[in-house]
Amino acid sequence: MAFKLPSLPFGKSEAELIPQGRLSGPMLWVIAIMVALTVIAAAAGLAFSNTVRNASDALTGGVTVQIVNAQAGERDRQAQAALRALRTTPGVAEASLVSQHEIDRLIEPWLGAPAGGDAAIPVPALIDARMRDPVTGETLGALRRSLRTVAPSARVDAQSTWLEPVFGAIGTLRWLTLALVGVLGFALAAAVLLAVRNALGANRETIEIVHLLGGTDRQIARVFQRSIGFDAAGGGAIGLALGLVVVLLLGRQFGGLGAGLVSSGALGWSDWILLALVPVAGVALAMFTARQTVLRALKTML
Amino acid sequence: MSSSTEGEIVQFDNVGLRYGTDREVLSNVSFTLFLGGFYFLTGASGAGKTSLLKLLYLAQRPSRGAIRMFGADAITMPREHLPLLRRRIGVVFQEFRLVQHLSAFDNVALPLRVSGVAEREIAKPVADMLEWVGLADRMHALPAQLSGGEQQRVAIARAVIHRPEMLVADEPTGNVDPDMAVKLLRLFEALNRLGTTVVVATHDVHLLKRVPDSLIMRLDKGRLSDPTGALRYPPRVPRTRAELD
Repeated sequence: MAFKLPSLPFGKSEAELIPQGRLSGPMLWVIAIMVALTVIAAAAGLAFSNTVRNASDALTGGVTVQIVNAQAGERDRQAQAALRALRTTPGVAEASLVSQHEIDRLIEPWLGAPAGGDAAIPVPALIDARMRDPVTGETLGALRRSLRTVAPSARVDAQSTWLEPVFGAIGTLRWLTLALVGVLGFALAAAVLLAVRNALGANRETIEIVHLLGGTDRQIARVFQRSIGFDAAGGGAIGLALGLVVVLLLGRQFGGLGAGLVSSGALGWSDWILLALVPVAGVALAMFTARQTVLRALKTML
Repeated sequence: MSSSTEGEIVQFDNVGLRYGTDREVLSNVSFTLFLGGFYFLTGASGAGKTSLLKLLYLAQRPSRGAIRMFGADAITMPREHLPLLRRRIGVVFQEFRLVQHLSAFDNVALPLRVSGVAEREIAKPVADMLEWVGLADRMHALPAQLSGGEQQRVAIARAVIHRPEMLVADEPTGNVDPDMAVKLLRLFEALNRLGTTVVVATHDVHLLKRVPDSLIMRLDKGRLSDPTGALRYPPRVPRTRAELD
């Protein structure tokens, strides 16, 4: 399938030099598939980037203090003492005790509804603290030292430490999707190159005649460039639509999970603009490849 | 890139041409063509007429020797400059070489379009030219729908539509009836009177007699017969475009 080229200034003549159907063939659909895959890969990459960025923003200064003590009374006493100490420690922006209700809600998926009285499993008290600066090993050491006397059962950890392997994996996935976008771009260029070479071979006689009548390499290259450009524009539009449908469906499914980490990867308006630019980049890449392929091939002719 | 001041538009000097490692199909060919001249190129089949014409319409570079066209060195000229030279030449190919997916009209319009002539300035001259060669009612036909003679007339119309400075025709009357052959020759003569240098390769000895002022270039086994040196050093006073006007 190929579009009939519109009449352009000094363009009708060029556009009709080569039969358009023979030039591009199924290129429109090849480009549509490439663009759809690229949109999906790019959306995944952007979502991974957002996840890492939003989560690291939230966790960079976060510190969790656990009071691990089986005696409920002692646990509460140390928790209150630790909370007071933290609030007077330099560098701590805020500190708050996580309520028992919130703790119960967090562990419910694993341990079920909390049992009352003596049957209750002892669960550490939690203090959520936020530092003014990113947490370093030095910061953690200072906090541990300051809490040692008032709350001997305190365990101090940076929140980012817990999720570091997850972020590492997500970061790797982000690079993988970027690489995938690159590979798809390369594949698109390769498909265009093969189609143009094929078309050059099929139209060699016409090209020779045009050359002998005074046609320039650039005029001939423009014919191929335009044909591929129109196919790329059509294929890009179809591919973008297909890709966006898939991205929206996946987004809805992941959004339904209700998990905070997944929600933090939601695409912003700038991400949607970037996705909309994928077919534009595809058209530019396809036209550039077509032009360069033709010009290089014609150099071998007189 | 202009014609030389003496009116010489083509100069071949000891030109040789071989394809691959075969023997030379043209050897030591030397001649000069003048603006406004009418030349017949004759010779037996295989004498090298088509090869010589290919050099003339810049489809081929020689294996050796020097060629100057329109005052420029055609051997060393960068290939990106060749289109401008080619636009000054009209060519009637022996096998017509019409573009098969274009109508007769679009084939004839092709030289104008590649030269960048505006679309609104194309329709009338192309229609007039097709009418002149008797194909007004066939202008929308594709080459495959035309007879050999009709295709040849389209090829001739395409070669002359842009008023070339030099017309190179390879057996242009080979597929047309005698009346049409005479008519086409009259067209070439009319163009010649307007200043176009005409080079016609032909087997037809009757054709040679119909243009009394023409010069005959005879090829024999790749060599140009020029016993008096008249082709290389023409005795007659060259005509310039100014004189012709």
